[in-house]
Amino acid sequence: MATKNIMIVGVGGQGSLLASKLLGRLLVDEDFDVKVSEVHGMSQRGGSVVTYVKFGDKVYSPIIEEGEADFIVSFEKIEAARYIKDLKKGGTVIVNTQQIDPMPVIIGNAEYPENILDEMKAKGVHVDDIDALALASQAGSAKACNIVLMGRLAKYFDIPREKWEAAIEKCVKPAFVEINKKAFELGYNN
Amino acid sequence: MKALMIGNAALARGLYEAGCSVISSYPGTPSTEITEEFAKFNDTYCEWAPNEKVAMETAFGASLRGKRSACCMKHVGLNVAADPLFTMSYTGVNAGMVICVADDAGMHSSQNEQDSRHYAIAAKVPMLEPSNSQEALDFAKIAYEISETFDTPVFIKMCTRVAHSQSITETGERTEVTKEYVKNPQKYIMAPANAIKRHPFVEERTAKLTEYAETSPLNRVENGTGEYDFGIITSSTSYQYVKEVFGDKVAVLKIGMVNPLPVNLIKDFAAKVGKVYVIEELDPIIETFCKNIGVNVIGKEKFSVIGEFSQKTIAKAFGLEDKENVSLDTAIPVRPPMMCSGCPHRGIYYVLAKNKITVLGDIGCYTLGSMPPLNALDMTLCMGASVSGLHGYNKAGGEETENKTVCVIGDSTFMHSGITGLVNIAYNRSNSTVIILDNSITGMTGHQQNPTTGYNIKGDPAGKVDLESLCHSVGINSVRVVDPYNLEECERVVKEELAKNEPSVIISRRPCVLLKYVKPKKPLYVNPDKCRGCKRCMKFGCPSISFRDKHAVIDNTLCIGCGVCASLCPFDAFESEEK
Repeated sequence: MATKNIMIVGVGGQGSLLASKLLGRLLVDEDFDVKVSEVHGMSQRGGSVVTYVKFGDKVYSPIIEEGEADFIVSFEKIEAARYIKDLKKGGTVIVNTQQIDPMPVIIGNAEYPENILDEMKAKGVHVDDIDALALASQAGSAKACNIVLMGRLAKYFDIPREKWEAAIEKCVKPAFVEINKKAFELGYNN
Repeated sequence: MKALMIGNAALARGLYEAGCSVISSYPGTPSTEITEEFAKFNDTYCEWAPNEKVAMETAFGASLRGKRSACCMKHVGLNVAADPLFTMSYTGVNAGMVICVADDAGMHSSQNEQDSRHYAIAAKVPMLEPSNSQEALDFAKIAYEISETFDTPVFIKMCTRVAHSQSITETGERTEVTKEYVKNPQKYIMAPANAIKRHPFVEERTAKLTEYAETSPLNRVENGTGEYDFGIITSSTSYQYVKEVFGDKVAVLKIGMVNPLPVNLIKDFAAKVGKVYVIEELDPIIETFCKNIGVNVIGKEKFSVIGEFSQKTIAKAFGLEDKENVSLDTAIPVRPPMMCSGCPHRGIYYVLAKNKITVLGDIGCYTLGSMPPLNALDMTLCMGASVSGLHGYNKAGGEETENKTVCVIGDSTFMHSGITGLVNIAYNRSNSTVIILDNSITGMTGHQQNPTTGYNIKGDPAGKVDLESLCHSVGINSVRVVDPYNLEECERVVKEELAKNEPSVIISRRPCVLLKYVKPKKPLYVNPDKCRGCKRCMKFGCPSISFRDKHAVIDNTLCIGCGVCASLCPFDAFESEEK
């Protein structure tokens, strides 16, 4: 199988680590060659963060470059736009409609581009937007946004739902399994 | 067992399986997880040292006693540890010793982009360069073999993309290794009479290692299908990018041991493929070597010495087509990293910025105080430089600067290399005001314990440095402690200490809000009837506060209820319950 590329993007502290852990677990269990790459350190302090997940028969480079991502899963609206250059032609953007103002917007040096998702759609990008924060709260924790988004991503894969749920069980603490399964289901079905 | 592991975890596993019994390190991105992962093993010893020099000397001591040891650091940490390194090359080791150093091409989390391979050449110490997690594990075992066979410490050089990329890794079992300690002054006491005799040994060792490099499994030729009329010499993460672009279509000499390099292997490869490209991040180390042995290669004329590479760098250099993509017309505002909501550093920076005080800074989360809107910092150089720099600044500036200049340094950075600077301030008497930002943890690298926290790497109670007593005992009489959430107190104390005609230390003490034991309070709310939109709170630069429809609003998913914004509002608009 040719390598598939998934980017998980968002704001440092939003929980992309668990999302990539879940994907890694799932894809290793499915016997793919897998590479997951992220940058630790300074950018994690509220900055723009990106994680690369690549899988296939044989994966070499751990990073995803311009025009190579089959999927961009974004935890925030303008973060999806920031990395849109990396999306492959015909690729899909799954985006949480949450808005988190970056510091230049907070202090009035820049405008938050409100209609950025419409612009992406107008450019022919397949945008699958979802209010993951609301669905996560419905599942029992605003922190479960990441798993809501994974639920939505799962719809695009041929991997059975039970396998995803099994991966959730392996990746989260027992006390949070039920909330996360519920979050996954809400992402998958809404 | 097979597992998806980051390079640093695989390296830790490799060190463990090779029988490493003692690791001493100082945290630094992208090296930190090697030691953190090693700390999870129970039958070994592992610690955070105050700095990299102490860490390397500790590892040396363990090797001397007969246990395989290691120390881990980031590239700039190796500068700190350079002193023992160069002479350990002469003494060699007893049990094997590995130095793990992680470079940060692209400067994701570093103050420079130096290439650690220069140290291997300068200190005449062998260096291995893994290109993925499996190699990180395997190379650790080979490194100990080389260390003991050739009587030398051995470098394993990581880089951000190898250190922090997860790939599938096969793990194995641990082997125990112990050597006898036998007193040997000629080998271990590096006074001139002995050292003079050790230098020839080092040169002979390098010659033997060069021979070893010719046939070592660390270096290998992949012939490829020969679709291209050139060959590529590469190493580390660049190898992965080469393979991503060319697959098996090009001949590759993959270098796993970058010092010393194999003369004949390179010459034979070049003779076979004709035209040779060298693809390596940062400086032209392999390229220069090739040229020195008379092999004509193309390197840095095509590939930059600046920044990190990717498959795109390589495709572009060879004129391969760009991949189709989409670009948007709207400009996307940048999202730089920033201090967290409720970060205790923000309060003290607000006070310093408000009073237009010159601030010499240091390395840590608090370097983020340089960002808008606080713009509070004037200088950041390296670990500890804020304190020594302030002394020099005030010696040069005298009365003109002494009462309006401070330095800020974190608790861990102060332990690392701020103490000696403070000794200099006390000893050579400059009227300097040092602010220690004590958030009770090493923050930026992800919460490592340090000598001021009272806990060790395993989280068990440990010795605890009392900062106040330490400052007093080096000769600082005026030592004050403030709570950075109390802006009024901070401002008063900073002004008082700056006005004093003697050196002083202010300890700004409050634990990092990301620590598990710090329980967030309920988020605050802005009462829109009271908020007049004066934007005074916006000058604080808290990520929880933004401005919508002429009023400040608080993001209740980010706010931790520190309440400092409330003390800034002249209209009491910040309230603890939503109206």
